Amino acid sequence: MKDKQMTKTIKGIAAPLPLTNVDTDVIMPKRFLITITREGLADGTFADLRFDNVGQQRPEFILNNAPWTQATILVVGDNFGCGSSREHAVWGMRQLEIDACIGTGFAGIFYDNARKNGLALPVVSPETRDALLQFASNTSGAEISIDLDSRTITAGEISVPFEMDDATRTSLIRGRDDTLDSLEHAGAIRDFEAGLDGRMRVSVIK
Amino acid sequence: MNRTLYDKLVDAHKVCDLPDGDMLIYVDFHIMNEYTSPQAFSGLDAKRLGVWRPEAHLAVVDHVNATRSREPHDAASKLLIDNLEENCTKHGIAFYGLGDRRQGIEHVVVPEQGLVAPGMLIACGDSHTTTYGAFGALGFGIGTSEVEHVLATQTLRYKRMKTMRVTVEGDTAPGVTAKDIIMKVVQVVGAGGANGYAVEFAGSAIRGLDMAGRMTVCNMAVELGARAALIAADEITEAALKGHPHSGQFEFKGESWVSDPEAVFDEEFTISGADIEPLITWGTSPDQSVPITANVPSALDYVSPKAKAALERSLQYMGLTEGQSAQSIKIDTAFIGSCTNSRIEDLREAAKILEGRQVAEGVKAIVVPGSAMTRIKAEAEGLRGIFETAGFEWRPEAGCSMCLAMNDDIAMDGERVASSTNRNFEGRQGRGARTHLMSPAMVAAAAVSGHLADVRDFK
Repeated sequence: MKDKQMTKTIKGIAAPLPLTNVDTDVIMPKRFLITITREGLADGTFADLRFDNVGQQRPEFILNNAPWTQATILVVGDNFGCGSSREHAVWGMRQLEIDACIGTGFAGIFYDNARKNGLALPVVSPETRDALLQFASNTSGAEISIDLDSRTITAGEISVPFEMDDATRTSLIRGRDDTLDSLEHAGAIRDFEAGLDGRMRVSVIK
Repeated sequence: MNRTLYDKLVDAHKVCDLPDGDMLIYVDFHIMNEYTSPQAFSGLDAKRLGVWRPEAHLAVVDHVNATRSREPHDAASKLLIDNLEENCTKHGIAFYGLGDRRQGIEHVVVPEQGLVAPGMLIACGDSHTTTYGAFGALGFGIGTSEVEHVLATQTLRYKRMKTMRVTVEGDTAPGVTAKDIIMKVVQVVGAGGANGYAVEFAGSAIRGLDMAGRMTVCNMAVELGARAALIAADEITEAALKGHPHSGQFEFKGESWVSDPEAVFDEEFTISGADIEPLITWGTSPDQSVPITANVPSALDYVSPKAKAALERSLQYMGLTEGQSAQSIKIDTAFIGSCTNSRIEDLREAAKILEGRQVAEGVKAIVVPGSAMTRIKAEAEGLRGIFETAGFEWRPEAGCSMCLAMNDDIAMDGERVASSTNRNFEGRQGRGARTHLMSPAMVAAAAVSGHLADVRDFK
């Protein structure tokens, strides 16, 4: 599989989504999970927030309103991505062309899934998040820029640092495949297995 | 020495350091289900990779299967189930499918097969893999890309978490269960309060729990954001390892799987066991709970406008009035099941309430035993008769069922469910469905009352 392109700066219109504890059931309801592929999940993403019971767009939902229909960045509430491990939530967000979510903290499995799929999750202080929510709400069509190299977010007059661990940042910039990367350490894995003395190796087929 | 149990587990499984601070850790045992693994297998195919060590994996059908009958309820779920079996056959991986006496909810099946022991590292594409911490094993949920990574390399890229200890000290009152303990912890620490942490549970109230109770506690630790939950291995753990099909196969020596006395945690919480009452959730996040004797919060209970707005949104979704008493909440459905509370011990507790009583008129009541073996055992003990006489529907097949409504057990818009499960999220049990989390005994009490009820009122 080919490496993806290098990404250093993410730039786009940001939409405010201030709800706290947005869980992966809300991001990708279960009726879209009965699938064996990664594709076709854009319509499922935030489906119950975007559409009503008869499939009509909910006018009150931010992503249904211009200019946020074009949003590629979300500014989100605390603990975004909590709940189920379903990576479908991240696949769907990427298929909806979301490149980044800015928040105060993310659930662990969601964070790891995001990294594997090129979804950047810069972490900022509650004050910065609130300022960015304000910016995203008030500034029609203005863009937010996220520089992964310098770990800085720029939004109009606002220029603030964000947190992101080194491994995640490198992974997002290089877009490499973790599985293939890790197989370069096959020798170390075999050495570890050879040293599993005193512990029996698990075998389910017995 | 001053290492935490968590650090000992990570150290024992570290393969090598990677640039930028990650490490590779070795996965002793990996479990798969039918809905988070298909794209991992197709990822292997696309990269022309095989499975590193097929015998260290187990696949179990549990999320999408019907529990009313053995036949899949529709073509889409059948496709997922068949796809898993084909992938397992192709790669030589053990598969417990429909009709297999070992089948059931993955986190119920693994302990009853004896496939978990202290000191192991277990991964699974399911967030409730924290369950295995009850055995002093490091268990955690992973996404599908990581499932592919474990299949191909038997390792994961890993970053060491911060550590948190939650001590629950002192005896709990009669009627207070492991479910109430963990719901109290979620209420105190908050839904995202342990993001980035591995949590160890300690204190006399935890040590006093049997293994089923410890599993309930560790299972729901993910609802506070914990990426791992741990309880030190002791004589109760040792005793629980014996007598299963795979017992004795694994022996993880070289460490005692407890935190050293001098170990320092990054964060500490202490809760008094005596202060815990039977709890119910009133909102749409697992930390929104109150004692069954209390009222649903009102705007007066909150200061910040944000908190007032969140309350209003939750109450609106749940169809509740602020300040109404918990016991005035009428239910449509009672559900006992899930990886949190569907073990034989849970069924026995619920049956004690149901014996000699009837499900209230108009309430639909369902019990889905966590595994085929659990069901067989429960039937042998006469529990099925108690549930059925009371008016519960006893499901013949095992699975997650209405916990997350991926099969045909879907609650309707506005349907209110007293549920022994783990998540009360919007839409979790069906679009517009209203979930109240509680212990299995409390679900039974609600089923016979027709409204949320205090289990302590049932002698």
